[in-house]
Amino acid sequence: MKPQMMELLINEKELGLILADLNDKHGYDFSAYSKASLTRRVNRIFALDRFPSFAEFRYQLKSDQEFLKRFVEEITVNLTEMFRDPSFYQTLRENVLPTLGTYPLIRIWHAGCSTGEEVYSLAILLKEMNLLHKSILYATDINPSVIKKARNGIFPLSQMKKYSENYINSGGKNDFSKYYSANYNMVKFDKELSRKMVFSTHNLVSDSSFNTFQLIICRNVLIYFEKDLQERVLNLFNESLDSLSFLGLGSKETIKFSSISKLFKQVTDKERIWRKYS
Amino acid sequence: MEKVQLKDKLEIILIGGSAGSFHIIMNILRGLENNFSIPIIIVLHRKNDDKTGLIELMNSSCNLMVKEAEDKDIIRKGFIYIAPSDYHVLVEKNGSLSLDYSEKINFSRPSIDVTFQTAAEAFGSKVTAILLSGSNQDGTEGLKTVKEFGGTTVIQNPKEAEFPFMPDYALKHATIDKIIGNEQIVSFIKNCDSKHQL
Repeated sequence: MKPQMMELLINEKELGLILADLNDKHGYDFSAYSKASLTRRVNRIFALDRFPSFAEFRYQLKSDQEFLKRFVEEITVNLTEMFRDPSFYQTLRENVLPTLGTYPLIRIWHAGCSTGEEVYSLAILLKEMNLLHKSILYATDINPSVIKKARNGIFPLSQMKKYSENYINSGGKNDFSKYYSANYNMVKFDKELSRKMVFSTHNLVSDSSFNTFQLIICRNVLIYFEKDLQERVLNLFNESLDSLSFLGLGSKETIKFSSISKLFKQVTDKERIWRKYS
Repeated sequence: MEKVQLKDKLEIILIGGSAGSFHIIMNILRGLENNFSIPIIIVLHRKNDDKTGLIELMNSSCNLMVKEAEDKDIIRKGFIYIAPSDYHVLVEKNGSLSLDYSEKINFSRPSIDVTFQTAAEAFGSKVTAILLSGSNQDGTEGLKTVKEFGGTTVIQNPKEAEFPFMPDYALKHATIDKIIGNEQIVSFIKNCDSKHQL
């Protein structure tokens, strides 16, 4: 069966049982994730792995740690790219980093970093602006497997043409290929870029903040959350941001309807980057 | 509880189009009066480019409010929602929309299947889904789901479509309630407002 043939293999009640198990047995709380997307992701893995019945699916999820890992990896969306939405990075380069450059230390939290492509993008910007030496990039995700990939900094060579175009469109002036070395069909990004990165798992639903930051980036994560959880996470970000620091979201995400919106001002009309003023 | 009541009453029209569907969609937008009350969600395949002014163009051509679908928008009467480029639009059971940046489906994001399927699961028999011209398989699985949940499936007559493959593929693989010619599309949609005309 093609995974996109989405007959409802798992119904709403069964989804509820799985979510309860995940919370009780494993401490993962997906109950405030947007339902339509979550239902599709759960059905997708059920179809991909050809489970004969819901009962077996549920049993394996309860008892098999390896499958749990795979499940969390599959139901969270991990699609990302370097310099995704180049104009976002251009705005960071022109309107955010020059301000942060006046601070003695720049602590950045990239929440929901997935496989790390955007963390490396930011490190390249910081390096080009001669700020990397005084920056720390904390990069977190709920999903341990993607954190491992992010830490390695190894990406497919086939993507580099697109990433190089994105880099140039974001205002990059260098030869993008100088930041990595290619080996067969993979590339590894320079150690110098990852030296200031700290990777860790972190669950935005259940974990609290672990520091204060001058810049928090969290892109295409909030869209998977229901409104109340979005509000909670935005409050977590607000508490984790020093005054006059910045918050960057995905191109279709906003703080506009949240209680923190009055504390922030959008940096430019177009980009989803806000600065905290109080 | 207001949302649930809204959902119980609400009908919804879905329109999916790819290559060769743009002028048909513009005709629909131009043809609807401002008292048309059924919300419409349009998924149009297009280049991944936000700067084309597409929504502005559509809005200025239509008596109704045309807006880009935003995350957690509550679906409202009198509004036409356009799927943003590079995001899937999902319909939630509480009558709201969610965006999703997951894998492309049928090489497409936004995918017509995703919107049709989630709308069918959320709105059941209150869905009318219309698939237009295109050269891609997107939409067929969605129409199957719409049918499965008791909704109404409609395609543009492949013989009149600029790119017949997409509606033709649906005709061959899904149960289609109605095939409409280019001249009838606007009147068909207008008629949906009084009652399903089938």
